[in-house]
Amino acid sequence: MPARIRAAGIDRSRLPDPGPPRAFAFPAIDKSQLSSGLNVWTVSRPDIPLIALVLLVRRGASADPPGHDGLAALTADMLDEGSGSRSAIEVHEELARIGAQFDTDIGSDALSMSATVLSRFAGRALELLSDIVVRPALRDSDFSRVRQLRLHRLTQLRDMPGALADRAFLKLLYGSHPYGHAPIGSEASLAVMTADDVRDFHARAIRPSAATLIAVGDCRHDQIVGLAAASFGDWEDAGAEPAPANDGLPSAARLNVVPRPHAPQSELRIGHVAVARDTPDYHPLVVANTILGGQFVSRINLNLREDKGFTYGARTAFEFRRLAGPFVLQVSVQTSATARAIEESIAEIAGLRGPRPVAPEELELGIAALTRGYARNFETADHIARAAMQLALFDLPDDYFARFVPIISSVTAEDVHRVMERHVNPARLTVLIVGDLDVIGADLPSLGLGEPVVLPTDVV
Amino acid sequence: MSLPFTKHTLHNGLDVLLHEDRACPIVAVNLWYHVGSKNEQPGHTGFAHLFEHLMFEGSQHHDRGYFQPLQGAGATLNGSTNADRTNYWEVVPANALELALWMESDRMGYLLPALTEAKFANQRDVVLNERRQNYENRPYGLAPMALLAALFPPDHPYHWTTIGEIADLHAVKLDEVHAFFRRYYHPGNASIAVAGDFDAEETLALVRAYFEDLDAGEAVAPVQAAAALSTDSRIFFEDRVELPRLYLAWLTPAMFADGDADLDLGTDLLANGKTSRLYRRLVFEERIATDVSAAQNSREMAGYAQVTATAAPGHTLGELENVILDELVRLASDGPSDDEMDRGRVQAEAQFMYRLQTVGGFGGKSDQLNAYNVFLGDPDYFDRDLARYHTVSRQSLQQTMAKYLDPARRVTLSIVPRGRASLAAPHSAPTDVS
Repeated sequence: MPARIRAAGIDRSRLPDPGPPRAFAFPAIDKSQLSSGLNVWTVSRPDIPLIALVLLVRRGASADPPGHDGLAALTADMLDEGSGSRSAIEVHEELARIGAQFDTDIGSDALSMSATVLSRFAGRALELLSDIVVRPALRDSDFSRVRQLRLHRLTQLRDMPGALADRAFLKLLYGSHPYGHAPIGSEASLAVMTADDVRDFHARAIRPSAATLIAVGDCRHDQIVGLAAASFGDWEDAGAEPAPANDGLPSAARLNVVPRPHAPQSELRIGHVAVARDTPDYHPLVVANTILGGQFVSRINLNLREDKGFTYGARTAFEFRRLAGPFVLQVSVQTSATARAIEESIAEIAGLRGPRPVAPEELELGIAALTRGYARNFETADHIARAAMQLALFDLPDDYFARFVPIISSVTAEDVHRVMERHVNPARLTVLIVGDLDVIGADLPSLGLGEPVVLPTDVV
Repeated sequence: MSLPFTKHTLHNGLDVLLHEDRACPIVAVNLWYHVGSKNEQPGHTGFAHLFEHLMFEGSQHHDRGYFQPLQGAGATLNGSTNADRTNYWEVVPANALELALWMESDRMGYLLPALTEAKFANQRDVVLNERRQNYENRPYGLAPMALLAALFPPDHPYHWTTIGEIADLHAVKLDEVHAFFRRYYHPGNASIAVAGDFDAEETLALVRAYFEDLDAGEAVAPVQAAAALSTDSRIFFEDRVELPRLYLAWLTPAMFADGDADLDLGTDLLANGKTSRLYRRLVFEERIATDVSAAQNSREMAGYAQVTATAAPGHTLGELENVILDELVRLASDGPSDDEMDRGRVQAEAQFMYRLQTVGGFGGKSDQLNAYNVFLGDPDYFDRDLARYHTVSRQSLQQTMAKYLDPARRVTLSIVPRGRASLAAPHSAPTDVS
């Protein structure tokens, strides 16, 4: 019935039922490929007076060669430090003249450079983007400055419990596997790197056959393809790709502590290596995580925050990557509650796959939360460009977004149970604490996770 | 560029702003209450923010968590408190607009019957953990406490941070919550903006149905307070940090006041991004700092400008201070270049467009309409707001920066590693902060 009639007599005894969902379709992606192998994808949205440009290269920190942790990120950081005869500052002045919102991002599997501009500056933005990616100057003097700044950054990360925990946890889970280090690398690896390493990595790893250029907004496909051919036309694959190290996964102790004397909170990471993005169990795992720790009303947040008051917030995630990524629970809890919070966390993880299986109303809520608001993930040009990036990064089909809602809606309680049992093992969970060992130490033996292994702050 | 809307004021004083945007089948509901930490009293700090938490714990006709039905309808939602206002928002699928209005109106009208001592105690613990996580256990996290305390006198409501003092949070009683709700959380002190895929006429009828029968409440008198700096106030404290960091801060004009836009552009060209003057000198050329930034922090009653820089290993904050002052003097005497002005204006225009891409959330169209309405009484301010940046001239920027970023009247805060007081800017006195 129309809203205005319902409104005449409102009823506070029950919540209004949402009406039928309004139709939404993910916009079509037009695709071309240049002769170099560079993919060019566009989504035309003439109603948005902006263009979001993203250049995705499927090479990330996991492509770092042995002993050179941080090389991919350092290279990415060097790209906007000047091109041709332009200095780093001149490149950024050019970006500023068109009001570009420019960003470089790097993860395990890919690096991306993005520039969002008012649509009248699309051509100029593509020229600058191609100068940055294809024709960076990579000068010795800029290299020494940028490396020094990254070393300073590493120094500062030691002060930050969250960053310290993230890095130490990756190391515990993955060791010298390509996912075992944060993109920034370490003091030791940065110390031995040279500008030649950066030039070599740029030439061999940042290659058009691994890249996709995405443009979303007020643009036409043929226009962007033409501009891309002009700007990126001389970009070619060169040489053999660098090979990353891979010594297999280590076996970590169950309980690990990085001491942080007098810390008012303990920063916790609990998890293990789990599953890759291409698993057929992807959708049930997304539903399972939503229920366990993927939203405000998840089990873990309602327990640790809303019931116990131990924390400002707790969450879990399956970090999906091209190779098996980690399952991780992360939370920062008041120091006095450290052992209790670990105990509760492990019990919640174990509960969902056994003693406390998902209840029908929980499943319904989790599925509804993931599907009913799905359209909002595609509101802006940046949102759509980021979504397209996922397709390019993980080789997903064009109808992936159209199929997401029906597939998620068909997930059953049995599916949730099955995938939790298959991909999460409470007996294998590794626990890391960054916290005040003097205060929490006496509580830890009761966890039954063995002797805590004390890690030095500079372990990572 | 435009942001078309309609405004209606209900009998109880609630302002209703409606903006249709049919591009995506979603609707943003955004509610501002004109209350923040500036409405608190010394000894009772942190209260407005703690109260915001309680707004998510259920109301009389839905005495359960606020998140559950909304997340179940596919919504995303949040709230935030600052010195001047508290905002709450939901972005819902278009078919769940009525649910969001039901929920917001119920907590506006009927919060207290559902508020128990147990909920109150739980959220106080959560807020104390928020404080530990975002301030106490974070490097340089206590800087805002020291800066605001030095910039504003003890009886000025910008003297304290929104998160509040630990002792005050422990001392607060449930009956204060009741008094606070009655004083500030009523339609006459609120503004609701709805933006997105809906029919304006139907939606106005819905908003009336849900909100118009709520009691008006008494008008809230504006807070009045004055602040002035007469010296260079030099302070430092030791913290768990590896590298020392310097903060220079000045009192400046309030949000939307004369000079506010000049200070936005002036602080940008001084220290925002790789093209800025201080980045170029401190990080790029002399390499004595690892980072530098600056901002005009505009607030309703007053603003403060801030320059922040972290020393590279082996360098002192005194060295950084000398370069910063040198660049301030140069800007005051020569003014900005034409190129700097052009870049600043294009970037300001682009930033406006980027902000308005989305109907909801923090900083989207619904939030912006409420900001104009609550602070200026006029949501039709988008074009004039942008025009403020287009009318900044070389001369006005130069004069404004020279007038307000006066080296003789400022706060100079050093945060140094434990046991390394010698790295602080010269002649600084220790200050206690927690």
